[in-house]
Amino acid sequence: MPPAAQLIDATKKYGSVEALKGVSIDIELGDVVAMLGPNGAGKTTSISLLLGLRKPTSGKALLFGLKPDDLNARSRVGVMLQESGIPTVLKVRELVDLFRSYYPKPMARDRAIAMAGLEEKANAQVKELSGGQKQRLYFALAVCGDPDVLFLDEPTVGMDVEGRRSFIERIAEFIQMGRTVVLTTHYLEEADQLAKRVIVIDRGVVIADASPQEIKSRVAGKRVRFVAALTEKDLEGLPVSASTIQDHSVQLLTNQPEAVLRELFRRGVDISDLEVAGADLEDAFISLTTHKADD
Amino acid sequence: MATATMRRAPVWPMLRLQTWAEFLKLWRVPAFTLTSLFLPVMFYAFIGVGQSSQRIFPNVTFGAYFLASMAVYSVANVMIFSFGISVATERGMKMDVLQRATPMPPLVYLLSKCITALFFAALTLAVLFPFAYIAGNVRLDPSAWVTLASRVLLGSLPFIALGFAIGYLSGPNSAIAVINLIYLPTAFASGLFFPKQLLPQFIQQIAPYLPLHFFGQLGWDAIGAPTDGTVTTDWLYLAAYGVFFFAVALWAYRREESRKFT
Repeated sequence: MPPAAQLIDATKKYGSVEALKGVSIDIELGDVVAMLGPNGAGKTTSISLLLGLRKPTSGKALLFGLKPDDLNARSRVGVMLQESGIPTVLKVRELVDLFRSYYPKPMARDRAIAMAGLEEKANAQVKELSGGQKQRLYFALAVCGDPDVLFLDEPTVGMDVEGRRSFIERIAEFIQMGRTVVLTTHYLEEADQLAKRVIVIDRGVVIADASPQEIKSRVAGKRVRFVAALTEKDLEGLPVSASTIQDHSVQLLTNQPEAVLRELFRRGVDISDLEVAGADLEDAFISLTTHKADD
Repeated sequence: MATATMRRAPVWPMLRLQTWAEFLKLWRVPAFTLTSLFLPVMFYAFIGVGQSSQRIFPNVTFGAYFLASMAVYSVANVMIFSFGISVATERGMKMDVLQRATPMPPLVYLLSKCITALFFAALTLAVLFPFAYIAGNVRLDPSAWVTLASRVLLGSLPFIALGFAIGYLSGPNSAIAVINLIYLPTAFASGLFFPKQLLPQFIQQIAPYLPLHFFGQLGWDAIGAPTDGTVTTDWLYLAAYGVFFFAVALWAYRREESRKFT
């Protein structure tokens, strides 16, 4: 069986901008993959290639071993895109019925609406929905065909914390049905909560492809946070793998927090609000992408 | 083995639901529904009714003549507007992007729009004909009513292609302006509102080559008014325009494809 979705040495240029520089990814049935990366890293381009919305400049994109615009392949795929529109005068249940008709074995309409938590809005027109409800409608349209693979491009973008939390639960529910999910996000907690596999993309290149645990363990260090008046220059010569300084709040990743702090005290830096903790996926991500930037 | 699991949704239910959705999309926009259903009736009330019993040809009243004009005008209007505006708006709102990622074949989308436009065109006639019968006291042979309706519906097909082309060539905000700029003047020039003899000389010279002129002749001939040339040549010219509009539409569609989806 060919992989559910596959990029083979895919590159993509928009004019002179190289959005993808030779990306190879295999996604098997049952995978739950989070594509992670800063804005403009190439996540959405990767998804667009896999869905046949864009064509690779070189290399290949395949869905179930077929061209991504093959309707046989598309019949097994549900999609939630960033920035796409739906007719505003249609009602939720009408749109769900319409999208169900595109698929060979759709789920019941009420089930799709319930999975998106839109039971009370089933008879509302799209223009009456809030932003979060609209996002949930897109989710209903993506799952209503009961697809084998679900592509979610930045599904929770623009949602508040509560909205995001409940939305992640809805995605998790779909994952529990044993389906393949590919989502892009720049929220690391989402990747950590949902995905079994994290693909980190930065500047058009895959820089890590592993489980969330593995990626975290790559930065087997501590996160040191404190408030102090210092600049990047003050950190020179310290065993620090990554650092961010915003105003006066400093965050460092290091394997030797004691040595770093000792040196900072020796240099006479005045530190307050000190906090030392184990690194999480977000820290790992920062360390991966800033390391790359140093090359 | 992989191919054995490949299945696609049946096309007919898809086409039915897509057509229903296209219908609702237009029906729920009062600006479209009211202008396409009632504007022709209003024109007929203002221009046609007052002098409807006057004979402009030995056996043709002005009421009947102007009914044919308005039937042509309103049907072509529905085709160009329903297609032009909706395609342009949907592009503007990026509805086409999500749709493209679904397994719905583009042909289903196109067909559903055509069916909806034809349905609306028929609806327009269903409002206009009784109005002309009652208010304009228009009396035709039953066969003339049928001939007029069927010619007008069939002859509207080239204008679907024109609407489609405009929808792909103009932006969502400019589509209405573009359509009014093209459609209204050509409707006047083709003699749909006033007899061509009243128009400026240079327009009279262009008029016989306009698509609405040939379309209008098919309508006038259906109610027994004399026209230039034969019905066959009218059909041929209209068909040629249809092919041309369709080629432009296809070119515009491909251009869009290569910009947005490659």
